[in-house]
Amino acid sequence: MARFLISRLGQSVVTLLLASVVVFAGVRALPGDPALAAAGEEATPEALAAVRADLGLDQPVWVQYWRFLTSALSGDLGTSVRTGTPVTELIGATLPVTLWLSLYAVLLALVLGLATGVVAAVRRGTWAEAGVNGLSLLGLSVPSFWLGLLAILYLAVGLGWFPASGYVSPAEDPLRALHHLTLPAVVLGAGTAAVVMRQTRASMLQNLSADYVRTARAKGASRSSVVLRFALRNSLVVVVTLVGLQLGGLISGAVVTERIFGLPGFGKLTLDSVFSRDYPVIEGVVLVVTLAYVVINLAVDLLYTVLDPRIRVSGGAR
Amino acid sequence: MSAVDPAGTAGAAGREELLRVEGLHVAYGADTVLHGVDLTVRRGHRVAVVGASGSGKSTTAAAVLGLLQGAGRVTGGRVSVCGDDVTAALVGRDEGRLRRLRGRQVGLVPQDPMSNLNPSARVGRQVAETLRMHGLARGAAARDRAVELLEEAGIPDAGRRARQYPHEFSGGMRQRVLIAMALAAEPELLIADEPTSALDVTVQRQILDHLDRLTTARGASLLLVTHDLALAAERCDDVLVMSEGRVVETGPARRVLGEPADAYTRRLVAAAPATAGRAGARPRPEGPGEDVLVVRDLVKEYRVRGQREHVRAVDGVSFAVRAGTTTAVVGESGSGKTTTARLVLGLEAPTSGAVDVAGGRRDVQPVFQDPYGSLDPTMTLERLIDEPLRIARAGDARSRRARVGELLDQVALSRGLAQRRPAELSGGQRQRVAIARALALNPRVVVLDEATSALDVLVQQQVLALLERLQDELGLTYLFITHDLAVARHLAHDVLVMRAGRVVEQGTIEDVFASPRHEYTAQLLSAIPGRAAA
Repeated sequence: MARFLISRLGQSVVTLLLASVVVFAGVRALPGDPALAAAGEEATPEALAAVRADLGLDQPVWVQYWRFLTSALSGDLGTSVRTGTPVTELIGATLPVTLWLSLYAVLLALVLGLATGVVAAVRRGTWAEAGVNGLSLLGLSVPSFWLGLLAILYLAVGLGWFPASGYVSPAEDPLRALHHLTLPAVVLGAGTAAVVMRQTRASMLQNLSADYVRTARAKGASRSSVVLRFALRNSLVVVVTLVGLQLGGLISGAVVTERIFGLPGFGKLTLDSVFSRDYPVIEGVVLVVTLAYVVINLAVDLLYTVLDPRIRVSGGAR
Repeated sequence: MSAVDPAGTAGAAGREELLRVEGLHVAYGADTVLHGVDLTVRRGHRVAVVGASGSGKSTTAAAVLGLLQGAGRVTGGRVSVCGDDVTAALVGRDEGRLRRLRGRQVGLVPQDPMSNLNPSARVGRQVAETLRMHGLARGAAARDRAVELLEEAGIPDAGRRARQYPHEFSGGMRQRVLIAMALAAEPELLIADEPTSALDVTVQRQILDHLDRLTTARGASLLLVTHDLALAAERCDDVLVMSEGRVVETGPARRVLGEPADAYTRRLVAAAPATAGRAGARPRPEGPGEDVLVVRDLVKEYRVRGQREHVRAVDGVSFAVRAGTTTAVVGESGSGKTTTARLVLGLEAPTSGAVDVAGGRRDVQPVFQDPYGSLDPTMTLERLIDEPLRIARAGDARSRRARVGELLDQVALSRGLAQRRPAELSGGQRQRVAIARALALNPRVVVLDEATSALDVLVQQQVLALLERLQDELGLTYLFITHDLAVARHLAHDVLVMRAGRVVEQGTIEDVFASPRHEYTAQLLSAIPGRAAA
């Protein structure tokens, strides 16, 4: 197990290093001059050069990269060119919003997707399955901005069940936070719920017709134990991978939902920094997203070994 | 279970009937697949159900337990278990009644040990589950009993092994686990559905011996479903022969297989490639003949993930095959016989050693085991068969079409099938297509890797006859990889016995079968079912 962990951690570090190069190079390939953006259109050439030197932009590229890497490693992602606030502070303020939102969305998607997926598999060929399939098709095909608008129009403005916008930190008031985050989480998680449902259904159908399930019934296992303890347990491996991949996508994809519900999240920060060519902020944002992906992938891999004992061996655990 | 019925069930034979099936009809949707099956298993008796695939033998077993898949249902007849009529429960899918039946009154040992254990649960827990489900034991008591059961089923170091997962067990060991599971709740009747057909002969024999001992010790009865006539004769008191959903013959094993009354049974018995059947081996082609395939000191090593040491799959194998003859390579799984075949075919590069074929690479062509997996389902037969020609850029469209027609004639398939796709063909027909494809480039050597193992006895007999005829007509040379010594004896002139990557014995079929010199060969030969009886 230790060897497996070390090798996976090593791979993660390499991934992050590569990502940092790509981020660094990619941001510099963007059109526009950050010094000009910082100094203003009217700045004199001397003032521009001063700003450039101040930002370190007059140094060779590899020196700039080295500075970027070493300071990033020490937790310093620079300061925003636009506002002068440290990037870590900006991220620290916005990331929790998006994390709470994404986690809530994934949780909702998991509960909804697993439950409906199991129902669709067990009640195969009935109205229940047709209904669940229809719902999942809707979840996949309805764009989130439209779903968000509908939710605000009917559930927030019309019925007044939920607030239409705003954010309350769960650390301050968990109940109010839940209240505020529910609509955005439903909108953000709808697609994921549909994907989880489809995967659960397909996996369950496969496992329910597997030989070992038939053998379990031949031992005298009850219908419910066959469904939950045998088929569902073995379907979870696939679902976990999927959810892991989706979670990464949700964090970077919350932009639209945050915009609709006016949440001061990571997505908003990303958009603002891109529009103002705020290099340090863009770099920081992309690095954090990459880090999130890497951490989530690592977590998925570790979860695998819990869910599927076969992976423990092939991973060199023994 | 209920007390022994004093009047009815202890009938004329003086033995209680544990299982009585009368006029059983089963349908999948609108398709009736069982047409009135009658079957009786008395206490302490062993009954074999034999037949080809699709004969309904496994369906009969599944129907008795209410385990028909998909749209399958019992549409007529009566089933009594231990004197209780359970027909109503089977028809009405009364899960409560069926759960008391399954595992407790009737245990099931399924066919494929690789797929029948839950991959994510420890083995001991899976055995203990049977006890818990029937309320026989719980907690630590169930765990301890599970270890005992595993021990009885012949698993060494059962206490430690019980905490392992199925993937840490070999096929034979998994089958023992399945037997332990089936016997856990001490059912009076055990249904074993092809319990050993996925296992090597020596392992098969150990498992069957074990099953014999355990059922005898408990006074349990056995219903053995098998395609293997010799095995049925050796292990059972009564034999029931099924064909197309009907019982065509039933009676004491020796009588049914010794003097079959039914025409189908007679064909089945005649088709079984008995090890003692043919007097002497096939005649060799006349004249000296050259060696068309020469293999020298072949070694193949593989790296195994997480292990420093390389695994030697093939370890210094040398042999030569004379033109127009067949050399069989026999051995159990893991012996290196298939790797040898892949090296000869050039599908893998040897670590050291050499494969020399008179002619060249194209003069060696393969036929693989699985006629379902080895043909691309999206291609027509014509495309499948002329693929080697197209790859070799041999001839134009017209000449290739003519060649495909010729090849279809050679393997005795109608030319009218050329535009069909594999899904429309039977297993035997598919294997003929695979043979036609192998012959397309006029090779000198054909490597047949378990080419008849997936086929039913009757079909296997036809394909073997086809291979013999093609060899005689075209002067082909065969390298015949098989685990089945009886088939090897039927087709081959020479034989190589492999074990753990090495050739332990080689010689002519007559010599090796009559007087094996290596202990392992003798062991293999004696493990073949029916050998002792013959």
